Amino acid sequence: MDAFMLQLLGLQLFTGLALGAIYVLMAVGLSLIFGMLTVVNFAHGAFFMVGAYVGYFLYQYFPNFWVCLIAVPLLTGVVGIVVERYLVRPLYGRGIDYPLLLTFGLGYVMVEVVRIIFGKQGLPVGTPDALQGAVNLFVGPFPLYRLFVIAVTVLVLLALWLFIERTSFGLIIRAGARDPMIVRVLGVDISRIWLIVFAIGTGIAGLAGYLSAPLQGIAPEMGTNVLIVAFVVTVVGGMGSLSGAIVAGLLVGIVESMAAFLYPEAAKVSMFIIMALVLLIRPMGLFGRAGLMS
Amino acid sequence: MKTTKMWTFVLCLASAFGVSSALAQTDPIRIGLPVPLTGPYGAEAKDQVRNAELAVKEFNEAGGLNGRLAELLVRDDKLNPGEAANRALDLIDKDKVNFIVGGLSASTQLSTNNVTKQRKVIYISISQSDAINEAADMSRYTFHEALNPHMTTQAVGRHVFKKGMRIAFLTSDYAYGHEMARGFTRVAEEVGAEIVGEIRHPLGTSDYSVFLPRLAAMRPDVLVFNNFGRDNHVSIQQAGQFGLKDKMQFVTPVLLYTARQAAGAEAYEGVLGASSYYWELQSQFDTAKNLNDMYKKEYDGYPSDYGALAYGAVKSLLMAVKEAGTTDTEKVVDALESLKYDTYKGPEYYRKCDHQAVQSVLIIESKKAPADNPDDIFRIVDVVAPTEDILRSCEELGFK
Repeated sequence: MDAFMLQLLGLQLFTGLALGAIYVLMAVGLSLIFGMLTVVNFAHGAFFMVGAYVGYFLYQYFPNFWVCLIAVPLLTGVVGIVVERYLVRPLYGRGIDYPLLLTFGLGYVMVEVVRIIFGKQGLPVGTPDALQGAVNLFVGPFPLYRLFVIAVTVLVLLALWLFIERTSFGLIIRAGARDPMIVRVLGVDISRIWLIVFAIGTGIAGLAGYLSAPLQGIAPEMGTNVLIVAFVVTVVGGMGSLSGAIVAGLLVGIVESMAAFLYPEAAKVSMFIIMALVLLIRPMGLFGRAGLMS
Repeated sequence: MKTTKMWTFVLCLASAFGVSSALAQTDPIRIGLPVPLTGPYGAEAKDQVRNAELAVKEFNEAGGLNGRLAELLVRDDKLNPGEAANRALDLIDKDKVNFIVGGLSASTQLSTNNVTKQRKVIYISISQSDAINEAADMSRYTFHEALNPHMTTQAVGRHVFKKGMRIAFLTSDYAYGHEMARGFTRVAEEVGAEIVGEIRHPLGTSDYSVFLPRLAAMRPDVLVFNNFGRDNHVSIQQAGQFGLKDKMQFVTPVLLYTARQAAGAEAYEGVLGASSYYWELQSQFDTAKNLNDMYKKEYDGYPSDYGALAYGAVKSLLMAVKEAGTTDTEKVVDALESLKYDTYKGPEYYRKCDHQAVQSVLIIESKKAPADNPDDIFRIVDVVAPTEDILRSCEELGFK
């Protein structure tokens, strides 16, 4: 019985880790955009949902999971580019609440547009054949698809880190985040940088939406929960800190899973308890100061 | 289109000269239909409107009540109990409706019922609820055409549960889930099955993975999903992905036609549940065939389970009106109480004490649709014939 409990605990821990990885993917784009642009993107959940629907739509014409996996973040990023260029950009320099209100409203508009085009009812999305079934890990059976999502998350984070830390373009991004004025004086077109960062952030949100479609199907409201989770993770990790988003995402996932094991009723509340505690003790979040740029 | 325009013109002209009342002789029979057109149950609500319209059309084409036609007044209750109460008040006071049919959640139907009870207006509710049968909420004017959680769980439990079986619950943490869990617990006790555990989740959860290892560790023979709509399909889909379906039978009290369509074949394959209606009943009952044919002609596809409830409720109401020969509330109540009707799914009647529609309960299993008919998604495993045996007794509900 003891070995059984231990195994169960192990499986629960791993489930939490896997859930945390999905949370990280949801939160990292939000954190990136805030860290660079100081735009609190309230339409993040809507971009997540748009990614899922773009994937669904594309799949009708190119019934190949892998083609869509590449195309969805690109197309969602394009939507992000349009939004940044024509809606968010005119609001720079007016204070943080202007883009906040804009994206808040935009989120509702995007959900309604999707409702008009695809209907209110949810649509089914299957798991790709190659990723179906469960694999036997050392702690018990675990869905292959969730392992795949973890792998994609790791790859995306790695690519993002290399891009920001190891390329000259990334250097400009980091400089732009620290002091946009000086960068501009040095002759760099900062608005182009911001455009690209916004596209990357929304593209990752779209990718997360596409990847979570086989887990829960798609529906116009699917972004609402995600937005909440993404904000909790970003606040716990420290607004704008990528490493914070990673640590906080995993933390929230594991705590939720452990809470479900000990006292299931508290599972969903646990993330808000963490947030409250972190805000009381470290109001800037776990990695609020020592963020990506320092 | 042209004729419609012409008629609009004629009607406007007629009303302008004050002859409309002379033409119509008497007021139409007005039936209010408050349903949650906006909100998460919008798809189901729209189908209820379509079906209710069919019942009204059928009644009018048959000549109405000696030439007096029926009219449907559709209102959006937004799935909000306060809004539902206001819509019911407006329908009664401003629109002067004779009857109200509708409601698509336990809470909105109870608040509508509060209003109709007080105003002494007949209300036929068409959504799952146990409370509406109980003496505290029930009134002479309250009728319940839908199944209730108790009879649903009795029918499903008696079919699935066996002596010594291990049963686990994943329950949505609000009235619907609680009432279903209570019902299943009772059948399990009667049959001699064991409830090995229950996990409750908040309404609107989108990731159930953290609950699944614990549910698997309970090693149940049957896992019951006491949740509804999107929660139901997401939890069943994820539990399947975690490999739970290979080890245990998945059961859900209400296997929704619309949820099955939204989730696809794979997620629901092999899941057992109950339903008030499935179009395949047409092979057994002419009334089902009649409804399906009308629906197909007017719209497309087949009526859904919750949609057909609206047809059944409006039709039984209008049958009672014809029987009574008047829209007088007290006389129609008497007619409804003594009515033996077969509107769309075989014989039914309203039980005297709580006005619950005694009716068949279908036990259905989800399957992959064959290529030639994408709407062929369920297999009828069993039809529990109409019986008061699966209802709580009148004494238990608080009637003396």
